[in-house]
Amino acid sequence: MADMAGIWLIPLLPLASAIVLILSAGRMPRQLAALLGAGSVGLAAVCVAVLTRDFLADGEVREVTLWTWMAVGNFTPKIAFYIDGLTVVMMSVITGVGFLIHLYSIEFMWEDESICRYFAYMNLFVAAMLLLVMGDNLLLLYLGWEGVGLCSYLLVGFWYRDPANGKAARKAFVVTRIGDTAMALGLFLLFTELGTLEIQPLLAAANDQWQVGDTLPVIATALLLGGAVGKSAQLPLHTWLPDAMAGPTPVSALIHAATMVTAGVYLIARTFGLFLLAPPTQEAVAWIGLATLLLAAFAALAQHDIKRILAYSTISQIGYMFLALGVSAFASGIFHLVTHAFFKALLFLAAGAVIHCLHHEHNIFRMGGLRTRLPVVFWSFLIGSAALAALPFTSGFYSKDAILLSAWELPGIGPWLWAGGLLGALLTGIYSFRLVFVVFFGEAHTEPDRQPGWKMAVPLTLLCVMALVGGLLVLPLTGVFPPTGHHTANHAIEYISIATPLAGLLLAYLLFLGRQLSVDALVESPTGSKLRDFWLNGWRIDQLYDLLWVRPYSTISQWCRNEPVDRFYNGVVNASQWTHHKLAALQTGQLRWYATTMVFGLVLLVAIMLRNAA
Amino acid sequence: MMEVLFYIAATVALLSTGLALTRANAAHALIYLIVSLLAVAVLFFLMGAPFAAALEIVIYAGAIMVLFVFVIMMLNVGQHGIAQEQEWLRGRNWIVPGILAGLLLLELLLALRHAPATTAGLTVSPKEVGLALFGPYVLAVEIASMLLLAGLIGAYHLGRRFIVRRENKR
Amino acid sequence: MGGLQIPMEHVLALAGLLFSCGLMGLMLRRNIIFMLMSLEVMLNASALAFVAAGAKWNQADGQIIFLLILSVAAAEVAVGLGLVLQIQRRFKTLDIDQARRLRG
Repeated sequence: MADMAGIWLIPLLPLASAIVLILSAGRMPRQLAALLGAGSVGLAAVCVAVLTRDFLADGEVREVTLWTWMAVGNFTPKIAFYIDGLTVVMMSVITGVGFLIHLYSIEFMWEDESICRYFAYMNLFVAAMLLLVMGDNLLLLYLGWEGVGLCSYLLVGFWYRDPANGKAARKAFVVTRIGDTAMALGLFLLFTELGTLEIQPLLAAANDQWQVGDTLPVIATALLLGGAVGKSAQLPLHTWLPDAMAGPTPVSALIHAATMVTAGVYLIARTFGLFLLAPPTQEAVAWIGLATLLLAAFAALAQHDIKRILAYSTISQIGYMFLALGVSAFASGIFHLVTHAFFKALLFLAAGAVIHCLHHEHNIFRMGGLRTRLPVVFWSFLIGSAALAALPFTSGFYSKDAILLSAWELPGIGPWLWAGGLLGALLTGIYSFRLVFVVFFGEAHTEPDRQPGWKMAVPLTLLCVMALVGGLLVLPLTGVFPPTGHHTANHAIEYISIATPLAGLLLAYLLFLGRQLSVDALVESPTGSKLRDFWLNGWRIDQLYDLLWVRPYSTISQWCRNEPVDRFYNGVVNASQWTHHKLAALQTGQLRWYATTMVFGLVLLVAIMLRNAA
Repeated sequence: MMEVLFYIAATVALLSTGLALTRANAAHALIYLIVSLLAVAVLFFLMGAPFAAALEIVIYAGAIMVLFVFVIMMLNVGQHGIAQEQEWLRGRNWIVPGILAGLLLLELLLALRHAPATTAGLTVSPKEVGLALFGPYVLAVEIASMLLLAGLIGAYHLGRRFIVRRENKR
Repeated sequence: MGGLQIPMEHVLALAGLLFSCGLMGLMLRRNIIFMLMSLEVMLNASALAFVAAGAKWNQADGQIIFLLILSVAAAEVAVGLGLVLQIQRRFKTLDIDQARRLRG
């Protein structure tokens, strides 16, 4: 089959481009770097498009094995790809949205001196992410996982000369590392128990060996969940994402909105068979999703940095995806992943355009009135926010609605999850339109000094289109996930779901545009300002972690500064030296003293002999 | 009757030893020591070891003690030396040696509790001693002669006037 | 005349007493000459014990050991007095407490 040969080209093109860009050591002319950087991903996108067309035509799963990675005992992972519906969806998102972002980056990063390094890292990231979704075994997935983590670190700390950026990059890396360690432990457990890491045989073996609710699948899935929570910035490992906005905005768009943070969702969706065997973990997934969703929504209400609002919004939306996975609505979760990729990338790119054109202003209260000054950006933002808030007939509406409906239908905790999701939708509407109204309406506090060029405008426009019509996509996920059963059309729920974001929009209008209502009094009051500060600092979770983990660790390091273990060994040395001195004092050099001590010893010896002889 | 003689000689030996070790004047002490040795020689004789008695007198008292006398006369300590000795012999210095020596004596005496034996009452003549010396103990004799040779060489070497030579070498 | 029959404990007790006297003198006196004299006393006491043992068993061995002890004492006194002379020349005193350069 002709397309089989082409499959390995897809991750290879960005990888080769990255290697060439790295080896050029930054001496490549920027036109060539931009061509290589964006072009490789574009070509990969074309290959993916061909693959998708073929897949949609015949619906066959494609398996391509390149070579055996290692052979240790009975552990023989291969470099092999497994292309089914889920893979095709993910690949399309990665290369499609990725290409648009690369194109945008050409203009955004044109004046930066390290544009070569930028495209090298971005291509490396795309290659790693593709490996992650295409791999047929968990080890290859983990390779991609680590690769995207590395690239995230490199790209968040891209402007490394500012130490704050390095700090943010390290924070991202360390927090996700905690999750990665849990995931590695999960992989060890799975391999030890099931004997293989190839995903399809693993799921089959799990179904044979384990019953629903056994301890082992619960532990294994809990560990995998730990990894997913870290990578997807969910509670409790979400603290890195708002700080990771220190990187260039296209990086935030690609990595922290569309692709890397969805890796956790992909992992759970890919190994859904294991999660179905562990109901406690699956319920935990739902609760984590809900808690994160609400926490991030409240925090987004109080932010004033344009990118941080979007960062908390990302955390919140991924909470929705986790919620979907937790109620076994896998297809809805993936659908929301796709639509989220569209509108969040759109929002981030538009925000990047605002920042780019307003000479790097980030505070929304210093912007304003950009509706007339940056029209393309305004429309992008409006459409993106509408999709984010799930206003009717946007793509976000279809996906979020499907999730909420599935949550409602779950027996037991379902209605609570649904209610929480609904509250989150209300809040989403409020904060997203707060952003729109403050930045684009009212008085202009900062004037833009340039307009976005075609390399920015074209991706924005294309993403606008996708954000609007993406809801009509039918994803080829029927063969992948178990059928969810027929949704009984519940009109009451549907009407409430439609009304809530509109209510949020109304509230935001009243508060921030029309100024009919005012929360100023509320915010200025003692409790109000405390609450505002609390949410501004992300529920002070960073401070909590500092207290719980960082301070004790620093204290222990301070204790260890003086090498306490060495003290023991030095103590041994000191004790022997002391003994030596004391013994040396016995050597007075005086003959009479020696004679006396000898007699003393003699007396003792004779006494012992007498006692034994008696 | 003869046993009384033994005890008298023993007393003399003990007393003179005690006196010898507590004199300040070295020459006096030496004389007392010679008396002690003579008393021990009498003891040997009374136990039936005439050869040992003779040797004790001739070699021990006659040669070794005379050696001491020569050295003391050579050193010529004088009056200040005697005063110094008296000072060193004060009461406080007796405590620890007294205790330790007393303890050892006690132990030795305790060890002797279960030995209800007596000497044979017969003489071991010099002839027997000579036969044993050149019989089973001939090796010991040879080794003793080597020991004496070593002593001889050592004494000769140590007796030289080193200090002058050392200063010359520098 | 033949030897007497004397209880061994008495003889050995005497030997012990003489020995401890010598030991006392060794620990007590500071003059080197006196220390050497105490050594002689101790050697003499042990020789007495040997001879008494030989007399008990009516064998020559006791006296032979006595002879060997004697030769040891002789050699030792010869060398010892040579050392005394050297000490006198170096330290200008017969106080043995002055000769403590081997301390440490």
